[in-house]
Amino acid sequence: MMRSSLPFAAKIIAIIGFAILYVPVTLMIIYSFNAGKLTSVWSGFSTKWYVALSQNDQLLSALFLSIIIAAGAATLSLVLGTLMALSLERIGRFRLRWLLAFLGLAPLVMPEVVTGLSLLLLFIGMEALFGWPSGRGIDTIMIAHATFGMCFVSVIIQARLADFDNSLEEAAADLGAGPLTVFYTVTLPVIAPALIAGWLLAFTLSFDDLVIASFVSGPGSSTLPITVFSSVRLGVTPEVNAIATLIISIASLAVLVASLFMSRLILYGHRSPETDTDT
Amino acid sequence: MMRWGRQQLVRLYQQATAPKIGLFWVAIIPLAWLTLFFAVPLLEILGVSLGSSRRGVPPFIPAWGLSDEGLFFAPNSDSYALLLRHSSDYFIPLYNSTRLAFGSMLICLVLAFPISLWAARASGAVRLSLLVLVLLPFWTSSLLRVYAVMGLLNPTGYINQFLLFLGLRETPLDLMRMDISVYFGIVICYLPLMVLPLYAVLVRIDESLYEAATDLGATRSTTFLTITLPMARPGIVAGCLLVFIPAMGEFMIPELLGGPEQLMMGKVLWAEFFRSRDWPVASALAVLLLLVLSIPILWLRHAERRMRET
Repeated sequence: MMRSSLPFAAKIIAIIGFAILYVPVTLMIIYSFNAGKLTSVWSGFSTKWYVALSQNDQLLSALFLSIIIAAGAATLSLVLGTLMALSLERIGRFRLRWLLAFLGLAPLVMPEVVTGLSLLLLFIGMEALFGWPSGRGIDTIMIAHATFGMCFVSVIIQARLADFDNSLEEAAADLGAGPLTVFYTVTLPVIAPALIAGWLLAFTLSFDDLVIASFVSGPGSSTLPITVFSSVRLGVTPEVNAIATLIISIASLAVLVASLFMSRLILYGHRSPETDTDT
Repeated sequence: MMRWGRQQLVRLYQQATAPKIGLFWVAIIPLAWLTLFFAVPLLEILGVSLGSSRRGVPPFIPAWGLSDEGLFFAPNSDSYALLLRHSSDYFIPLYNSTRLAFGSMLICLVLAFPISLWAARASGAVRLSLLVLVLLPFWTSSLLRVYAVMGLLNPTGYINQFLLFLGLRETPLDLMRMDISVYFGIVICYLPLMVLPLYAVLVRIDESLYEAATDLGATRSTTFLTITLPMARPGIVAGCLLVFIPAMGEFMIPELLGGPEQLMMGKVLWAEFFRSRDWPVASALAVLLLLVLSIPILWLRHAERRMRET
């Protein structure tokens, strides 16, 4: 098949692209098992940096805090994002639909420094007016992360909802099911894979966020990226190599397992292969 | 009969217990959330940028708000005047941001196009592997990927160790704090965001179009220029926006990989906020950044409308 072939030069460029994505991270992973203190001179295999890591209380408590924030923010994002996707795809035209569509997309491209600064100013303003939130910490970081997380969740669920025409939902409603029953018995099972993907994406985005969290965190609420950033600023160290390797490996493993389960979803976007061929 | 009757009972029960909610209330919740935590904060930035700086907590007086005496409205343009007075200090970072974000956007486009085309034309396992290879970095921390680039480019990094080992260099090559290191950082962070929309449009191009073009004697490059490129346009536009806009305000990449020559807007804003603690000026910079960013968006919308009319 002639059309399937890609010119050789194009394949080379694509491979350069993959090299940029993978070579630095691969070297970092290899050298996290380096015995020496110098990060780029190999002096034997060792896991001592991982042992040192397990005794670093500051990093461990930051990790624990990040997991709590990410889980909370992802759950909040899931609820809000699902409501948003349903509003945009299922309840028909309403007067403020354009506003919701706009507000749902803008946070996706907003520069992080602007989002972070604006939310901090809001929290300070709210504290002056209502006395809440008093100071900044886990709750303010969660709210900030949920605000952009819900937009990503909504994009994923909207794609899934657009794929299924709502005749099933209408049939259920015609047979007398209330809106909530329709949601639980028809819509929810259909969008379940998108819900899982959305929650995981919101979790990762929250877990990895440095800039927004730096603005809206208070003293004593240093998340893992904030803690790692302060040591990365001072240079490359084997201990940071080790924690980076752990985080990247766990995330990659989770994505690989998930993509095996959802290969159809990845391959054909939001469409099933049957509908893909006739459009 | 018995089973049917029971099902009907269950349905009746469900109907009776399902709360009667107006469908519009579903939309109210996310709308209220985004208004409160996205739209209002942007107004807040505008208010602080028109306010004045002071010593104290918080270190500013907003242009409008509620005080003990009641509502007040007293905007001033001090922060913007300061930006103008020291315009070279602020416009050079703006120029750097535009230059580096635009350059990395082009590099991402050049790298992403063959990747997306490859994935779109491959089948089954190859396509899945290519897509997973692109998606995988998107799910891992960008801070850690930038950190990995530091390890590669450092004076004591892998590239330099390799060059010294080969005897190609006597002294280490300084690859950090250069345009190229910032480009590297932005590409490693944003490349997946360019591939995804490109792949989404390329995968939908009907194969028979290529066959027809080839049958009519079109060469490969003609087919690319007359079919692939025009049909990929929405994907190119979306990918470029997804890379360019966030890259303009990037803080972490110029901070870790750039030097004084690569000072970008995000870093200046960060410094004004965290180091100088001049919040009104930081807010004015955010407003300036948003104004600059609205230019490409509005221009694209305008171009899109004109394309549709013709």
